[in-house]
Amino acid sequence: MGLTLQNLDKTVGRQIHLKDIQLEFETGSRNIILGRTLSGKTSLLRIIAGLDHPSRGRIIMDGKDVTGVSVRKRNIAMVYQQFINYPSLTIYDNIASPLKMSGLSRNEIDGRVRAAAEMLHLEKLLGRLPAELSGGQQQRTAIARALVKDAALLLLDEPLVNLDYKLREELRVELQEIFNKRDSIVIYTTTEPTEALMFGGNIVVLDEGRVLQTGPTPQVYHHPATLKVAEVFSDPPINYLKAGIDKGVLQLGDNIRVPLNGRYSSLSPGKYVVGIRSNHLCLSRRHEKDTEFKARVELSEINGSETFTHLKYGETALVVQDEGVFPHKIGTEISVYVSPDAFFIYDEAGVLKASPGAGQRS
Amino acid sequence: MEKWASNKAWFLVLPVFVIVAFSAILPLMTVVNYSVQDIFGPGQSVFVGTEFFKQVLADSRLHEALLRQFLFSALVLLIEIPLGVLIALAMPRKGVWVSACLVTLALPLLIPWNVIGTIWIIFTRPDIGLLGSTINHLGLAFDHTASPMDAWVTVMLMEVWHWTPLVVLLAYAGLRSIPEAYYQAAKIDGASSWAIFRYIQLPKMRGVLTIAVLLRFMDSFLIYAEPFVLTGGGPGNATTFLSIYLVKIALGQFDLGPAAAFSIIYFLIILLFSFIFYQALQNVGKGGRS
Repeated sequence: MGLTLQNLDKTVGRQIHLKDIQLEFETGSRNIILGRTLSGKTSLLRIIAGLDHPSRGRIIMDGKDVTGVSVRKRNIAMVYQQFINYPSLTIYDNIASPLKMSGLSRNEIDGRVRAAAEMLHLEKLLGRLPAELSGGQQQRTAIARALVKDAALLLLDEPLVNLDYKLREELRVELQEIFNKRDSIVIYTTTEPTEALMFGGNIVVLDEGRVLQTGPTPQVYHHPATLKVAEVFSDPPINYLKAGIDKGVLQLGDNIRVPLNGRYSSLSPGKYVVGIRSNHLCLSRRHEKDTEFKARVELSEINGSETFTHLKYGETALVVQDEGVFPHKIGTEISVYVSPDAFFIYDEAGVLKASPGAGQRS
Repeated sequence: MEKWASNKAWFLVLPVFVIVAFSAILPLMTVVNYSVQDIFGPGQSVFVGTEFFKQVLADSRLHEALLRQFLFSALVLLIEIPLGVLIALAMPRKGVWVSACLVTLALPLLIPWNVIGTIWIIFTRPDIGLLGSTINHLGLAFDHTASPMDAWVTVMLMEVWHWTPLVVLLAYAGLRSIPEAYYQAAKIDGASSWAIFRYIQLPKMRGVLTIAVLLRFMDSFLIYAEPFVLTGGGPGNATTFLSIYLVKIALGQFDLGPAAAFSIIYFLIILLFSFIFYQALQNVGKGGRS
């Protein structure tokens, strides 16, 4: 039971929007589709919803082929990036609108509208018009409209993107609680790795219309199968360094030498690419085994209690994310420390050979 | 400091104030001046108070013209607004045909108003006009110079042909500004195309339609050139609208005093109705729980 996508392709003219998508979503599952802008997230959601038809492939819902079934006949609900509500209807009528077609009794509709409104803290706003509400309240209304229907499939297309930071945090927490109480399939797209990690559940990493990796979200985060996945699923983007292994020593860049141990010791000599997440680089020594190297400061972004220091190591750009305020001057040379077990090691084809694994300091 | 700043602001507004004074306020005051004085020649005038207003308001021909004018404007709004919205809905949303449609529609708007009248005189002539002779060949007697009804039909046709495109352009612009996601969301809700029109397209067009209604009301209420060229207000007084009658009093009979009083009443009627339309359109369909 659940939703299965079989060999979905979507081409528009000569452009490939989606290529050979094979996915399964179980009933009651929470799913994140993570990808950058234009990676095909919205195209995929539109096809799942039935708003667009795939060029090839089938969509199976609870054992039935629904590929050609019109949107109106499918039991789905969708929330958009923009705050979409009926402008001339009150919040109450907006939330009730998906139920009006279903032939429910007035009392039943009233009960469900009020329950959905309560879940999203809209009880006091039911008599107002959407234009009289703040952006956050408008999006809450749109979410309530999606929830009131009890659809088997709940699609959310970057719903929090247009909200300010505070509201986003707030709604993110509430949404998780709401999703956990339902048994519909939830599919939620985002461009932000942090948001994906907070939601947990399962993840689909999408890039240029192709599925790169799927699996439980934390597992994919800790073992990104390819360099591309590591890139999409790291914020700030993961740091790369060309590397080589010889005689049990990992040589990073020109002159960083780290003795290999633990999970890395079985790697065979050869050429590699090493990925290091910016939070695994530090500006001060945390452990006696840490390796120190020098790099030149390009920019310091101080974000409250954290500093993102952009560095140049030889020709390679690096970002260090560290707790504390480090107002280094541009152009100064500073010491950077890297723990010997924070490496994502990829072979030359970009396939993961070893990763730090979960339980690392972060 | 603050006071100095606000004085400077007044200074900057002054040029606009002077222009508006010369273009609008002073002429209007002249009209007011004419309406309360009987002027025989330079320096020879008698203050008559509201006498001209009383005279004009008691004029039965003016009542007829006013009634005719309301009927005309009502018909214009009732035909042009729904027709314009319908055409806008039927227009393609993208592709090469969009510009073709827009240019074709805009053509009547580019023709000078007096030429419009001439075009329709020829078009509806019973002997050589394409429309006139076609109708007469179908066995229906049609002559806008003889029958009041035919004159009305011709003026209405001309007006609809001339100005519906403006409503279409405004409504089309309003429709184009609705994000695609609204239509998708409505489809997911299972909304019918009527519901999409009623609850998405119409509310989203409120702003442009308000402008369309106001423009069409004011313009049609002031109509002069087209019926003047086409029928000269006739046959009889059948198409003597307010402005045509006003010109007859002012220039035909040279009764400047009554004409000035008439102008002020005319102006106030337009102001009042524009205000009513504006208020009504701002509030219609809002807040009611269905």
